[in-house]
Amino acid sequence: MSEWEPNILAFACNWCSYAGADLAGVSRFQYPATVKILRVMCSSRVEPSFILKALKDGADGVLVAGCHIGDCHYIDGNRNAEARINNTKKALEKLGFGGRLRLEWISASEGLRFSEVIKDFTEEIRNLGENPVKEVKENE
Amino acid sequence: MNEVSDTVNKDASPDEDKRVGVFVCECGVNIGGVVDTHAVADYAAALPGVLVTSVNKFTCSDSGQADIQQKIKEHNLNRVVVAACSPKTHEPTFRACIEEMGLNQYFLEFVNIRDHCSWIHMWEKEKATEKAKDLVRMGIERAKLLEPLQASEVPVIDKALVVGAGVAGMQAALDLADMGFKVYLVEKEPSIGGRMARFDKVFPTNDCSICILGPKMVEVARNKNIEIMSYSEVQEVDGYVGNFKVKIEHKPRYLDVGKCTGCAKCSEVCPVEVPYDFNEGFGTRKAIYVPFPQAVPLRAVLDNDNCINCKACAKACESNAIEYEQESAYSEVEVGVIIGAVGFKTYDPAPRADYGYGKYDNIITAMEFERLLNAAGPTGGHIVRPSDCKEPIRVGFVNCVGSRDKETNIYCSGVCCMYTIKNAQLLKEKRPETDHTVMYIDIRTPFRAYEESYNRARNLGVKFLRGRPVEVKEDPETGNIRVRVEDTLAGEMRNLEFDLLVLGTGVVPNEGINRLQQLLKLSKATDGFLMEAHPKLRPVDTTIDGVYLAGVASGPKDIPYAVSQGSACAGRATILLKNKKAITEGITAVVNPDVCVGCEVCIPMCPFQAIKMDEQAGKANVMKALCKGCGTCVAACPTGALEQDHFKNNQVIAQVKNVFRFEEVASPDYPSGAGTHVSPAGGYVDESSEDMGEQT
Repeated sequence: MSEWEPNILAFACNWCSYAGADLAGVSRFQYPATVKILRVMCSSRVEPSFILKALKDGADGVLVAGCHIGDCHYIDGNRNAEARINNTKKALEKLGFGGRLRLEWISASEGLRFSEVIKDFTEEIRNLGENPVKEVKENE
Repeated sequence: MNEVSDTVNKDASPDEDKRVGVFVCECGVNIGGVVDTHAVADYAAALPGVLVTSVNKFTCSDSGQADIQQKIKEHNLNRVVVAACSPKTHEPTFRACIEEMGLNQYFLEFVNIRDHCSWIHMWEKEKATEKAKDLVRMGIERAKLLEPLQASEVPVIDKALVVGAGVAGMQAALDLADMGFKVYLVEKEPSIGGRMARFDKVFPTNDCSICILGPKMVEVARNKNIEIMSYSEVQEVDGYVGNFKVKIEHKPRYLDVGKCTGCAKCSEVCPVEVPYDFNEGFGTRKAIYVPFPQAVPLRAVLDNDNCINCKACAKACESNAIEYEQESAYSEVEVGVIIGAVGFKTYDPAPRADYGYGKYDNIITAMEFERLLNAAGPTGGHIVRPSDCKEPIRVGFVNCVGSRDKETNIYCSGVCCMYTIKNAQLLKEKRPETDHTVMYIDIRTPFRAYEESYNRARNLGVKFLRGRPVEVKEDPETGNIRVRVEDTLAGEMRNLEFDLLVLGTGVVPNEGINRLQQLLKLSKATDGFLMEAHPKLRPVDTTIDGVYLAGVASGPKDIPYAVSQGSACAGRATILLKNKKAITEGITAVVNPDVCVGCEVCIPMCPFQAIKMDEQAGKANVMKALCKGCGTCVAACPTGALEQDHFKNNQVIAQVKNVFRFEEVASPDYPSGAGTHVSPAGGYVDESSEDMGEQT
């Protein structure tokens, strides 16, 4: 088995964070190939079930990224996202997935920040280790 | 049109097979130099439902698009996956491309393997290729579940709102008005004109600023299509492209503008004197005053904060215009487009006492210098130093104050080099006996006649010293300013003494920028200015349809640049105003009434009040015109009755499932294909095979 690398799914809102990831690309801010970005129109579209599905399917970490508070393209969608993600985090703690879900506000101009968030989250996940679901799956 | 809808209906049929084509772009070496695009295409060709794959040097080129269209025809494709750059820039191109072939434009799935892959994993080619495969697989699975949508057309009200009546906003208003459209020009100050009205001369030709601006201000006032709303501010903006409802506050001037003639007799008798903001706080104005001689509209305004209520003005006013009881009035206008030209302010060195500003009398900002230099300014055009009102001989200029500095703003304000050159020239011409030293980091003179202006200053004897002052002190006896500066070209420290030191303060965002950002939900860049839709190709558009930006609102600019942007905004806005219609995204929330239980959880979630209860049916109802498609209600719906078109649960889950290679075996119902020109194989592959199997 090759050396384990964290696998992260990032939900990025169309207006800020997806554009921030684009800017990271245009600026060539290198970050580890541990993340795959899934575009949603707003961070508030992200349902807890999506996160659970990703973790169940073996994601080592899930990032939800949206506009900064006050900058949401949809006025306060990100506040809804914040409430939902915080609740989901609590549930995940209990399920043994603590620390695997992260919420970040990344604007369209924060390409550097996007790359840094990914680097940082990758390290965090690396320290946490592999998603325990995988072990269960393998033993099945 | 029949043909198009026929195809749409056919594709909408749930029984129709999903026939996917995957087009991988090399983007020259941008993708191809890192990602093994052929390996990605081969991989995709083996996935279920994929009939054909193709690798193009530039998929967005004519030949790349022709390839897509040809393969749609050849293989009767009904889903197209383009793996290339960012949908933010290229989605419209490919949507149009497949629509030409009769496919619904929402049958396009765009996979970003450049900005989100090759560019950021430049030195990890293998990993980048593997990631690109994963991203493409996510895209394919999503593509198969995409449903046809119709972008809807909304009518556009053929009127415009311009926020900010500086030179950029005025230009936008004039151009639109000359094209025959009604314009509401809102300005928060009592007069239009903006910052340019305060400048003395403008570089590089040193024309008198108000002499060239004044006629433009009058032209704005005379234009029958422009309604100036001075001393007014936008309070609320509602609606969407083509149909904005704008609430505007008209602040009280405490006089009837219909009666006031601008004679300024009220000012003559007013006993209150306050620092004159128009002159950067130099000199005084009265509590009731006409903003400046060329003000448009030429009407007085009463500054209620400083009024002592002596009522002398009311007695002096021959037209009985004074109304002490006046309150804010509000009006509502409906417009199709909004142009934000909210301007800027200059960096304030006082809070940090940069170079001793605010601590020592004889240090002033360039804007203050500008007002002193102006014939209508507080000193009648004489440069005097604040400590003793003497005319200085030795004048120092410090550039990049509040610009190009990690402690304040890292960006270059772009205008300070030129205005410093201009200011030094003007004083030198007025009083040749003066001695000028400009302390700079770099001199930036990029446009027509700018470098010539710099040379002119040097020929006049203005000295340029490359270095930033390291110490600035006042001689307490004389009030002179002592500057210690490293001459970085000569490589030695210099101790200089000046009678007056002028700080070349940079351009910074004003409160209007924050206000506009919040009113319209615009994006702001890290420099604090508003963001354009694309820095190069859509420099005056924003991410909000029907909203444009002109002038310094989107970053520091000089006057010709700001004026060009004003005209550019008018041109862009005219596309909507003239067509009288706008195309809006088809992505909205939809209710499945069979599942909705009428719990009303969604209603307060909607920031746009787009969901109402259908009281009779006891079900939620989404009003499409108001829905902006964020999906927050969808995530909140406890029964799953709400769905977001184009981001339906199954569509998102299809991607989530395919992020990692743990997904269940896909349904084998998809047709297999073998017609790829890059991969001889292709077609359905059992996912239990080692390639797609679980990691062991």
